[in-house]
Amino acid sequence: MTGATQKSYYWIGFRTGLPFLLVVVPFGLLFGVVATEAGFTSIQTMAFSSVVFAGAAQFAALQLMAEDAPFLIIVATALAVNLRMAMYSASLSVWLGKAPLWKRALIAYVNVDQSYAVSINRYEDEPDLTLSQRVRFFFGAVSPVCPMWIVATGLGIWVGDTIPDWMALDFAVPICFLAIIAPMMRTLAHMISAVTSIVLALALSGLPYNLGLLVAAAVAMIVGAQVEVMMNRRKTT
Amino acid sequence: MINDMSAGYIWTIIIVLGIGTYLIRFSFLGLIGGKDLPEWALRHLRYTAVAVLPGLVAPLVLWPAANGGEIEPARLSAALVTFAVGLLTRNVIAAITLGGATLFGMIWLLGAY
Repeated sequence: MTGATQKSYYWIGFRTGLPFLLVVVPFGLLFGVVATEAGFTSIQTMAFSSVVFAGAAQFAALQLMAEDAPFLIIVATALAVNLRMAMYSASLSVWLGKAPLWKRALIAYVNVDQSYAVSINRYEDEPDLTLSQRVRFFFGAVSPVCPMWIVATGLGIWVGDTIPDWMALDFAVPICFLAIIAPMMRTLAHMISAVTSIVLALALSGLPYNLGLLVAAAVAMIVGAQVEVMMNRRKTT
Repeated sequence: MINDMSAGYIWTIIIVLGIGTYLIRFSFLGLIGGKDLPEWALRHLRYTAVAVLPGLVAPLVLWPAANGGEIEPARLSAALVTFAVGLLTRNVIAAITLGGATLFGMIWLLGAY
């Protein structure tokens, strides 16, 4: 691929990002359906998907709003779901930090799990890429996915009312979350962190203002990091 | 439900989450040259998603509101299948498909609707 022109790196990125439509379209569709069901207007639902642009956090916020959680808890929990993107931002900045500010500002807006993952893999596989090739690859990878996230949300609003009871739509959100979480269980530290989160969230579910989840998440994060440190120590000794 | 929330309240949540999420995404890309985060901070950030999402899902799986907050076999088995398939195949679509099939299969078997 070293002989590829500037333009073709956009298309290489595009082809790499294309399969993610299979995840993004059903997920966006579902968000449109569930948000409408919960009482959002069409404009609010579309704005949510285009302004926040982060499926998992949107579902988390929606769930807490439906449970009547207080404002600060809704915001803190949804932003906690998105904190992983600070890590994406830090690791992308190593490769893209010298791009012009407006490009970095745009990259930040459209950066989602999938585009981050394929871009970092590519940059690490081909460290000799020029800055402009890296930027083009990134925008190529997000091009199929990002517009379709919004389009799929719109479709979900449109089909929302026609979905019958037996489809048990209430359970679509947990199934989506579980399907996203399971492949994240890469190491023992991830598993112990997840188990900590589950046990504490259930045990603390009686706390007022849905505080239990935030406490569970904070402890689970620290536990995961500590297990990682312990495992690395064992490896080196 | 959300029906009794004012439009202004919903818009405030959308805008605050939009700005907050953008600032998180822009954070380090925005710093010129891209300074490295300290290792301890990266180590904690690696676990944010697995620390928040399982705790959010667990009560929805065990105590589904659609069943008055009681354990419900169709939903519980669908959750277990989704997680197991996702763990074994690392494939999100396969996990959703088989989990959904389990849910509908069990609902049909149990004649829940």
